[in-house]
Amino acid sequence: MGLLLSYSFAALTNSIHHALQNHFTNPLMALVLEMVMVGLSLIVFLVLLSFTLGYVERKVAAFMQIRIGPNRVGPKGSLQIVADTIKLLFKEGLTPDTADKFLFNLAPLIMMVSSMLVIAPIAFSKGFQIWDINIGVLYVSSMSSIGVIGILMAGWSSNNKYSLLGAMRSGAQFVSYELSVGLSLISIVILSGSLNINDIILSQQDGWWIFKAHIPALISFVIFIIASTAEINRAPFDLVEAESELTAGFHTEYSGMKFAMFLMAEYINLFIVSAMAATLFLGGWMPFHLGHLESFNHLMDYIPGSIWFMGKTFGIIFLIMQFRWTFPRLRVDQLLNLEWKYLLPISMVNIILMTLIAIMGWHL
Amino acid sequence: MSQEELKTKITELLPSAIFEESSEFLQLILDAPDLLPLMTELRSDTQTDFDYLFNLTCVDWKDHMMMVYHLFSKTLKHTLVVKAKISDREQPEIESLSEIWKTAELQEREVFDLFGVNFLHHPDLRRLFMEEDWKGFPLRKDYTDENMIQL
Amino acid sequence: MLLGEDQITEDGEFVINIGPQHPSTHGVLHLKVWLDGETIKKVQPHLGYIHRSIEKMCESLSYRQFIFATSRMDYLSAHMNNTACALTVEKGLGIEATPRAKAIRILLSELTRLSSHQLWWGSIGLDLGAVTPFFHAFREREMINDILEETCGARLTQNFMVPGGVMTDLHPNFQKRTHEMLKNLKAKLHEYDDLLTGNVIFENRTKGVGVLSKEDAVSYGCTGPVARGSGVSCDVRKWFPYDGYEQLQFEEVLEEDGDCYARYMVRMREMKQSIHLIEQLIDNIPEGDFQTKTKNVLKLPKGEFYQRVETARGELGVYLVSDGASTPYRIHFRSPNFCNLSALNHMAKGGKIGDLVAIMATLDLVIPDVDR
Repeated sequence: MGLLLSYSFAALTNSIHHALQNHFTNPLMALVLEMVMVGLSLIVFLVLLSFTLGYVERKVAAFMQIRIGPNRVGPKGSLQIVADTIKLLFKEGLTPDTADKFLFNLAPLIMMVSSMLVIAPIAFSKGFQIWDINIGVLYVSSMSSIGVIGILMAGWSSNNKYSLLGAMRSGAQFVSYELSVGLSLISIVILSGSLNINDIILSQQDGWWIFKAHIPALISFVIFIIASTAEINRAPFDLVEAESELTAGFHTEYSGMKFAMFLMAEYINLFIVSAMAATLFLGGWMPFHLGHLESFNHLMDYIPGSIWFMGKTFGIIFLIMQFRWTFPRLRVDQLLNLEWKYLLPISMVNIILMTLIAIMGWHL
Repeated sequence: MSQEELKTKITELLPSAIFEESSEFLQLILDAPDLLPLMTELRSDTQTDFDYLFNLTCVDWKDHMMMVYHLFSKTLKHTLVVKAKISDREQPEIESLSEIWKTAELQEREVFDLFGVNFLHHPDLRRLFMEEDWKGFPLRKDYTDENMIQL
Repeated sequence: MLLGEDQITEDGEFVINIGPQHPSTHGVLHLKVWLDGETIKKVQPHLGYIHRSIEKMCESLSYRQFIFATSRMDYLSAHMNNTACALTVEKGLGIEATPRAKAIRILLSELTRLSSHQLWWGSIGLDLGAVTPFFHAFREREMINDILEETCGARLTQNFMVPGGVMTDLHPNFQKRTHEMLKNLKAKLHEYDDLLTGNVIFENRTKGVGVLSKEDAVSYGCTGPVARGSGVSCDVRKWFPYDGYEQLQFEEVLEEDGDCYARYMVRMREMKQSIHLIEQLIDNIPEGDFQTKTKNVLKLPKGEFYQRVETARGELGVYLVSDGASTPYRIHFRSPNFCNLSALNHMAKGGKIGDLVAIMATLDLVIPDVDR
């Protein structure tokens, strides 16, 4: 089983690592070069990911609305987002006169960087991780919280009443829903006993947590999906960016490439949130195993781990996209009501339930 | 109430009223200063109970202006048209009815904007369609403008 | 310096402008909103962005011509506007339209009412954030537009009514296509309920929002679904029937609560009533002439005439003063949207901005009708 599972890029990365080690006598040089290669490939991957997610979103929206979507630029419209990005590059990047220039330029960068940093501990396949840190889940949760600083910076430095309103609302929304997200993550950490992402995945060898820890894990999963949709400012919680009565929220004054960076950051956040849901609740790159049925598990192992991971992540992305095009928007006081009066108490009770199950050994 | 009973009732309240039967509704013509007491009475009296003012407009008859009010009672199902004659065409003035029927507020603003009739004790009398500093009253028969085109 | 900043009375209050460019389909409406945080203290509409002085224009158009200037008032119920003007002129001349013309008028009016309510349903979803209902509503509306285009020649402002009847006869395909359209619509109507009516988020945003009591509705002069949602019975087709409505079976839809959800349900049920009306008439159109013969140049006798019809938004009244010439002396259109708009401040006070959007969506205003 180990042989089939490791049919991944781990072999490739290991060979590159050794080649660099042998080539450069100075170990520091080899390390720096490796870091630069990883960084560049990550940036390329994330750019391609944003293009793909943008295209998928428009096609999914179109099919739900009985129309076709982009189908002119490139085969079946796949190069539409490339065309849009080139258009945004050519637009005039206007900075308001009275805006705080340093913070104005810094805000989109902070959002992008905080989103990109979170990719580090996510495991795409066995051994194919950038950084297998032993506090993986905590790292993810804390790094994604830095994004809210970018939003508030953008709203404040625009020197615009409506941007500030939008940014304050977004800040309140983000901070409130952090709690529910954190509590859902903790419920799985209780079961697996470790914050390390690899350990959590390996503990799902005989079945995914959503099946093994049935009811509390299902409640956690549902709360996680709802709260993460609110965290990344997507519908039906998108009053920040689609408040069509006022303005476009905190990114009103941005144009050109900086605006594109906000959009990219949103799509990267979407990917991260789905990847975390897939990793913690659905087993990450672990194939679908049923207990100790060896022959069935062998069969499932033929499909490589990276295909499993990408399949699960894109399944959850599809689910979150369906939310956007079906439901109307919540009002801001209803949104905060939902978190503080409903999701938070349910999450807390769920944690207690989960602890009980873990201690008593009632999970499979 | 039938038209006859309405006529007797209104003659009680306002002896100087003139009636016209030319159209399908009962029409009543009076002078502008007599308007507000009669309207208050028509609204509050349970025998007439005119709770629905469905049309408020003005007609410019070159030597005088005529304010037209269409009243209807949803409970007693009778209609009355009250016409108030404003003889002074240079400075037309009449009492506002926005205390009695709230719909009068916006409709009177429209009449002020287009005809120039000043409504006394109106809560917020400003121009409605034209800009704030527009000169002249467009729907009057003697209104001219350098941009007007003769059809 | 914002317009109106000098009228701020309390600390922490500020004024924002909503419109005149709207991302929704209401039209050019400029609202000045006095806010205290998120709560609305006062809403003041500023009108006149699309004022075309139709009333003054009609004073120089003949009695046959002025009907076609009115299609552009409430363009989503163009047939009803034209019917009101044609009926007023007929009242002045003392003639009546032929039975066939009356039946055609009712059919076209009900089709227009149906298409106007469908567009309203799509745009209420759009205003509240759900994008998909818009496409579903327009899919059905296209079928109605095609039917109207085949008979009347235009998809939106069909100038089809003349004093004495209709301009020309129905297209031979009219009955067959209407039957197809009704079959299709009845099968799809449950989708409308699935998407919005039963949705928890939608109910939270519309129930208890923008309450208009019965007395206020009558005092503000509201008519149409706005008043019927507050329990005021005011359907002109029942109270002052015209064109043969008294012989048809339909019920007036009333709801008691007076909030946005009640107005929403009134329009949804009215769509079903319109379907019922069309079904009664589509197979029983009387034979005969489609127009009563009238002179080429019409001259109304001296006097004044008032005619009201029920458009998709309320009671439209045409008040015509004639002095014997071949053009009207004065025309006044009592527009339903004008009076519905005057109740906006009363309904929105004390709510949040999100509530203002929901109230505007259920008032279903068409601004060219307000400004004329």
